[in-house]
Amino acid sequence: MSRMNMEISLRRRVTNIVMLSITGLFTLLTITILFCILGYLLYHGIGSLSWSFFTNLPKPTGEAGGGMANAIVGSGKILLIATVLGVPVGFLAGVYLSEYSGRTFAFVVRYVTDLLNGVPSIVIGIFAYAMVVKPMHRFSTLAGGIALGIMMIPIAVRTTEEFLRAVPNSLREASLALGATKATTIFTVVAPAAIQGLVSGMMLNLARVAGETAPLLFTALGNMFWSRGWSQPSASLPVMIYQYAISPYEDYHQQAWAAGFVLLALVLSINVTARLVISGRGATARR
Amino acid sequence: MKASISLRGAVCHVAVLAALAGLASVQLSAQMLINGAGATFPAPIYQKWFSDFNSVDSNVQINYQAIGSGGGIRQVTEGTVDFGASDGPMTDQQLAEYQQKHGFPVLHFPTVLGAAVPTYNIPGVTASLDFTPEALAGIFLGKIKRWSDPAIQKTNPNVTLPPREIVVIHRSDGSGTTYCWTDYLSKISSEWKSKVGRNTSVNWPAGLGGKGNDGVAGLVKQTSGAIGYVELIYAVRNHMAYGLVRNSAGEFIKANLSSVSSAAADAAEKMPADYRVSITNAPGKESYPISTFTWLLVPSKINDAGKRDAIKKFLKWALTDGQKSASSLQYAPLPKALQSRELGDISKIH
Amino acid sequence: MAATTSTVLDRAPEPRARGFWRRLRAGEEIAYLIALSAATLVLLIVGLLVYQLWISSTLSIHAFGFSFLTGSTWDPNAGQFGALPFIYGTCVTSALALLIAVPLGVGASIFLAELAPPNASNVMTFLIELLAAVPSVIYGLLGIFVLVPLIHTYLAPFLTATFGFLPLFQGTFYGVSFLSAGIILSIMVAPFIISVSREVLYAVPTDQREAALALGATKWEATWDIVIPNARTGIMGSIFLALARALGETMAVTMVIGNTPAISASLYSPGYSIAAVIANEFTEATGNLYLSSLIFLGLVLFGLTIVINAVARILILVTQQKGAA
Repeated sequence: MSRMNMEISLRRRVTNIVMLSITGLFTLLTITILFCILGYLLYHGIGSLSWSFFTNLPKPTGEAGGGMANAIVGSGKILLIATVLGVPVGFLAGVYLSEYSGRTFAFVVRYVTDLLNGVPSIVIGIFAYAMVVKPMHRFSTLAGGIALGIMMIPIAVRTTEEFLRAVPNSLREASLALGATKATTIFTVVAPAAIQGLVSGMMLNLARVAGETAPLLFTALGNMFWSRGWSQPSASLPVMIYQYAISPYEDYHQQAWAAGFVLLALVLSINVTARLVISGRGATARR
Repeated sequence: MKASISLRGAVCHVAVLAALAGLASVQLSAQMLINGAGATFPAPIYQKWFSDFNSVDSNVQINYQAIGSGGGIRQVTEGTVDFGASDGPMTDQQLAEYQQKHGFPVLHFPTVLGAAVPTYNIPGVTASLDFTPEALAGIFLGKIKRWSDPAIQKTNPNVTLPPREIVVIHRSDGSGTTYCWTDYLSKISSEWKSKVGRNTSVNWPAGLGGKGNDGVAGLVKQTSGAIGYVELIYAVRNHMAYGLVRNSAGEFIKANLSSVSSAAADAAEKMPADYRVSITNAPGKESYPISTFTWLLVPSKINDAGKRDAIKKFLKWALTDGQKSASSLQYAPLPKALQSRELGDISKIH
Repeated sequence: MAATTSTVLDRAPEPRARGFWRRLRAGEEIAYLIALSAATLVLLIVGLLVYQLWISSTLSIHAFGFSFLTGSTWDPNAGQFGALPFIYGTCVTSALALLIAVPLGVGASIFLAELAPPNASNVMTFLIELLAAVPSVIYGLLGIFVLVPLIHTYLAPFLTATFGFLPLFQGTFYGVSFLSAGIILSIMVAPFIISVSREVLYAVPTDQREAALALGATKWEATWDIVIPNARTGIMGSIFLALARALGETMAVTMVIGNTPAISASLYSPGYSIAAVIANEFTEATGNLYLSSLIFLGLVLFGLTIVINAVARILILVTQQKGAA
């Protein structure tokens, strides 16, 4: 070992150390950026947060005590629609790919799913505007939910496929051997065995679209008041952040920071929970 | 086993949530929500009006989204909002398109008046500069490139202008402020009229763009040597230097409530029936030349009786009580004669 | 595993599983059809998306045809629409983002896969993947209020002083610019490169490294000359995925790019991207041709991402086949 090292010229040793340190530095840099983001939002966000942020409606600039209660509820409603639409379709399509698929058709479905995953969110916004807003003659919670729902489908499909495939075949065989049909096996044996991964995957999926702004700009639009029902324009946290950030008022900027903090806290906590569940499960499975 | 229970739990949870949301919508349904969208120029006063009007009539909520004047015209034509708002009147072609699409016309209601001001950032210069129309046109055409250019220096003998490069800042989005600004430049410069023209967004010969009045204000603040145009209130609120402009009577006028009102006074007398009028470069010694009305665009036929009554009630309130809060936000209230004329025209909505 | 199987055995005869599932068993084909129709629905949605984009942009396609892509005038007043400044802006910002994110990402992934102890590596990767979850509007918020001022006060003067002779760093820096947008994008896409590349590096067999080390290579040489070439296609795939994301990114770019349809060699110049112009002007386009041109832009962006995604997929496929062989 030591003789080996001596044979290595100084230049090579220096290169080795320098390059390896650089990779470490890059890693550190990336992680520092994360902590800077968290730190900044924490610093500005907490300072501007107050109880009224969660309970009050937005106020005109200059008036104290404005909040974003309607945006928080609005985001919740939009995400509910998105989940109700996106998850079942994605789940069932994923079941098809994992359990039933023929070769050519499955390839096409998989390819198109990846394609949909790659479609820029702003283009999905145009689509939802043309398909929902224009025929209904109104911007609405529903249109926003549909836009985000479409965005949820591809990841729902691929997560379902992935986690169902991870279920050992012996389980399926055992179930079939006991006389269960294929459908029964899938829905009572295979899917429940993968449920943790599926639910976590869907949560990650939800967290991803929760921060989407672009497709909501011309679907859910925005609302200064509560949005009643499902066919009225609705406020949402990401759009509010955008509007308040580019406004010229200092008090609105404060609110934007507060909203940014709330949104980030929400998205990251869902994310962390889901990832911990998945990795915990992965660890037991490997064992 | 445990997993399937938690799945069932999740399903129940979703169902309860949905039911709750449904319940909430039932409880709130006594209230009427009216949606409007458009100009950012009057957005501060509209936000205040709609917030105040909600306390006048708590059953009516008017949701206004400031997406730009172009957006106001487009969305009211598409029928996706109940009313639009714009700082530039709709063109004949746009009116025809509306008529063809809906079978009835859309009405213009002037609400308040505002002004676009040239705002600048020249290191070492704090004074209010005097601009001739020729200087403004030259700057925005990209022909006057330095602050020390005689066209600017000549009218500002007391200020030493540096030979610094002028950076033109304009709006990147469709904007009524842009309409007003380019409308003015088209009137005072034939070259501008033929090369660029007037619209809510144009192909700028020079400069860089910011989104919204704020984007422009922010860029001007950050950039030394910059000149841009913003609605008066944005310049005042952001404590930005803005210049005086020479009007058609040859006076250098600072934009403020009285000079804007003065520009409107003349137009109010000769107001056409549909209220589509430009008051840039207005006559009168006191008139600020880059002033404009801002309009609400209301369909003349609203099928939902509740909405119709609410919109009419709001218009009546805005043209009377609402006018009182205009001046605190740097908007000039409408001339009295115009107010009463518009009140009469509210009955055209049916 | 054994435990899970026994659960299933326990459950099969349970009375609760009867009712509904027995009926479903009778409808075995129904279950199949439902799954199949869900899969078909995905195809249908994408088909409808393409169709909708196509018919909505026909007006513009007929008016301008191919010259839409090469025209550099965007003049709503005169009804002249050319997409070149937007395509240019999208490409420049994405290229800049990759220029920064690729060395950063690949470097970090080497550290995480080859050097860091597995536990520490997992924790760090976890943190880095959280970066990918930060919503883009929050990147925009930080971009406007934090990053742009920082670039303005520190980075831009430094670049001007050091590389001012290059056309890339000439002119006045206004804050919002290609440079700012590119930097924000690089931060946004780097996590993708890191997490995918790390997986790819892990997939390279350990004996390759050991063989290189045994022959007297330094750790770096073993990584750079042996492991990286083996993982090259997979890493390229991750880069293309990052590129696809950078191309379509809307909010953060809109907030810092300057929104001016300009083609300039200088990175200091403000510009515009396809996604940003759609976000800014879509709700307010007043003419039919104007709106149609914006949707045409959407179609162009869609086409770009299809191509990039296809390339990424092929690269990943090639890696997989190589692994199998």
